[in-house]
Amino acid sequence: MSVLVDAETRVLVQGITGHQGTVHTRQMLAFGTRVVAGTTPGKAGQTVEGVPVFDSVRDAVDRTGANASVIFVPAPFAKDALLEAVDAGVRLSVVVTEHIPFHDMLTMYHYAKAHGARIIGPNCPGIAAPGKAKVGIIPNVVFRPGRVGVISRSGTLTYEIVNGIKERGLGQSTCIGLGGDPVVGTSFVDALPWFEQDPETDLVVLVGEIGGTAEEDAADFLRHHFTKPVVAYVAGRSAPPGKRMGHAGAIIARGKGTAESKLTALSGAGARVATFPYEIPDLVARALEEIGTR
Amino acid sequence: MVKLSEWRGKEIFRAYRLPVPRGTVVRSPEEAVQAVRSGAVPLPCVVKAQVLAGGRGKGGAVRFAATAEEAAEAARAILDLTFQGEKVREVLLEERLAIEKELYVSLTLDRSRRLPLLMTSAAGGMEIESVADEAIVRQWVHPFAGLTSYEKRAAAKSLGLSGALARSLDAVLDGLWSAFVGEDIELVEINPLAVVGNAVIALDAKVIIEDDAAFRHPQYAEVRDDRTELEEFAREREIAFVQLDGNIGVIANGAGLTMATLDVLQQSGGRPGVFLDLGGTDDPKKVTEAFLLMARAKPAAVFLNIFGGVTRCDTVANGLVAAMHQVPDAERFPLVARIRGNNEAEGIEILRKAGVTSLRDLKESVEAVVAAARGAG
Repeated sequence: MSVLVDAETRVLVQGITGHQGTVHTRQMLAFGTRVVAGTTPGKAGQTVEGVPVFDSVRDAVDRTGANASVIFVPAPFAKDALLEAVDAGVRLSVVVTEHIPFHDMLTMYHYAKAHGARIIGPNCPGIAAPGKAKVGIIPNVVFRPGRVGVISRSGTLTYEIVNGIKERGLGQSTCIGLGGDPVVGTSFVDALPWFEQDPETDLVVLVGEIGGTAEEDAADFLRHHFTKPVVAYVAGRSAPPGKRMGHAGAIIARGKGTAESKLTALSGAGARVATFPYEIPDLVARALEEIGTR
Repeated sequence: MVKLSEWRGKEIFRAYRLPVPRGTVVRSPEEAVQAVRSGAVPLPCVVKAQVLAGGRGKGGAVRFAATAEEAAEAARAILDLTFQGEKVREVLLEERLAIEKELYVSLTLDRSRRLPLLMTSAAGGMEIESVADEAIVRQWVHPFAGLTSYEKRAAAKSLGLSGALARSLDAVLDGLWSAFVGEDIELVEINPLAVVGNAVIALDAKVIIEDDAAFRHPQYAEVRDDRTELEEFAREREIAFVQLDGNIGVIANGAGLTMATLDVLQQSGGRPGVFLDLGGTDDPKKVTEAFLLMARAKPAAVFLNIFGGVTRCDTVANGLVAAMHQVPDAERFPLVARIRGNNEAEGIEILRKAGVTSLRDLKESVEAVVAAARGAG
């Protein structure tokens, strides 16, 4: 068992005929994911990389039994795409699209929540369980099956860190990129319980960044409800206040959201804190040795 | 993040039927005289600099006038000001009201709860950060329900308002909520919301519109905010570009990777000057554009840190070499590259042939660029 996705997950690609949709459909298939359908309104009957395209999510679900979706639809239409997936019974949607207005995301989040559906993202690289399935855009080359869980607010930094874990001779159980927007469907606090319960995960690497209080909230959760070792890193120690550091959510506003505050909270909760990303693989290896698993 | 000046904020308030003082914005002393004589601005009036920074009252950027001549004189004096680095270009003239009480109201996003947050406080007129926590009432509004009557009653109670004043507040809160949703607002703050007779009136307006919703609101495209010229140029090309105060430029793909790179750079004694995030993609055309943009910022040295996921490193390297040839010799700067991912060996080879220092280790490459920046002065 892995977290959220496994070899049985039947993936639908929303916006499959676009450039990103096509490229990543190919990559997901190469990863071994069961990509069963795609949607683009008006393009039913076509195929992309051998995957049948439908006009609506309802048609795709009825015909292929898709139960998870990945959304590549442009920002102005992303809200509609997500609501359509939820209404068609899809219970997991990874929203890769960036620049979705947060007011739209509030609607998406609460609509999904009311229907018992889960959103990962937006503006996120998605989720991957090596050897099983990938729903999203994390490069295939960084993975190796193993027992380290990764939860991250970043994209490429996650690839670096996951790759570093692989080069250290270790592997990953499940890796989730939560996304860098102010409102995310899944936060650290939402994801941590899945890893706590996952018998294939021995340790979790938590990658945060400045802005908001998601890391502080995570620290609070770790203190009371988490038993596995955690290695944490927070990007943006050198970031000045008031500047948006690339991600819409990465901003120190009104004295809140600094790296110091997050690192203090996480180390106070018992996490092993890496000052720089390249220290993570060694911290992980040491922690695993201490608990006696490799 | 588009911060609106006070008068633009008040235009939105008017459109959503929030009471604001009668007044108009002017750009010269002559316009000020005209505004008073035409009756658009009743006397006595307040003359306020239209700048984005706070603390205008203490900084001489707010004055009072009893006649058209005084209004013109105040406008002239304020238009001469440069307030906290910002040249004053516009002045708002408004009727001066008899304020009985100053209150605070704001709506913004609570990221943790994923809900809009309504904050009210009877301690208006000062920076909300300096108001004691227990003097602020916080209510979280569900987006599907909108602002409810019971929430509005609680807000009135927190502000000590009843009867006609509570009804007046109701209208303000309804308008505020409609504007928050309708204009894709990130933060709307009325401080102070003044009690004048049996009504409440928005004396100030702080409004921040969300950038990502620009496609729904073309009317804000013309609004200049506090971005520098190069930041604006980058924005049009969908490259995240931030100017900091050091001399080393950083180009990376992905916000987290960029921030981590800056952290390592600072730790190694380097001073990040410009940060440029290519975003999740590693499209070679974007690499070329970013490189040329970086050249315009005239850095002492540049560090390129790319993790090639889907696109191959050799393609990125070719894009970089193509860009280098477009920069005139006199404007060349030392470049250190670290590219990892698909086909990295080929990419590193292409860069080496073009004379670019290319390393695999982050720490080593950062030390190399710090040394190069020192060498370049």
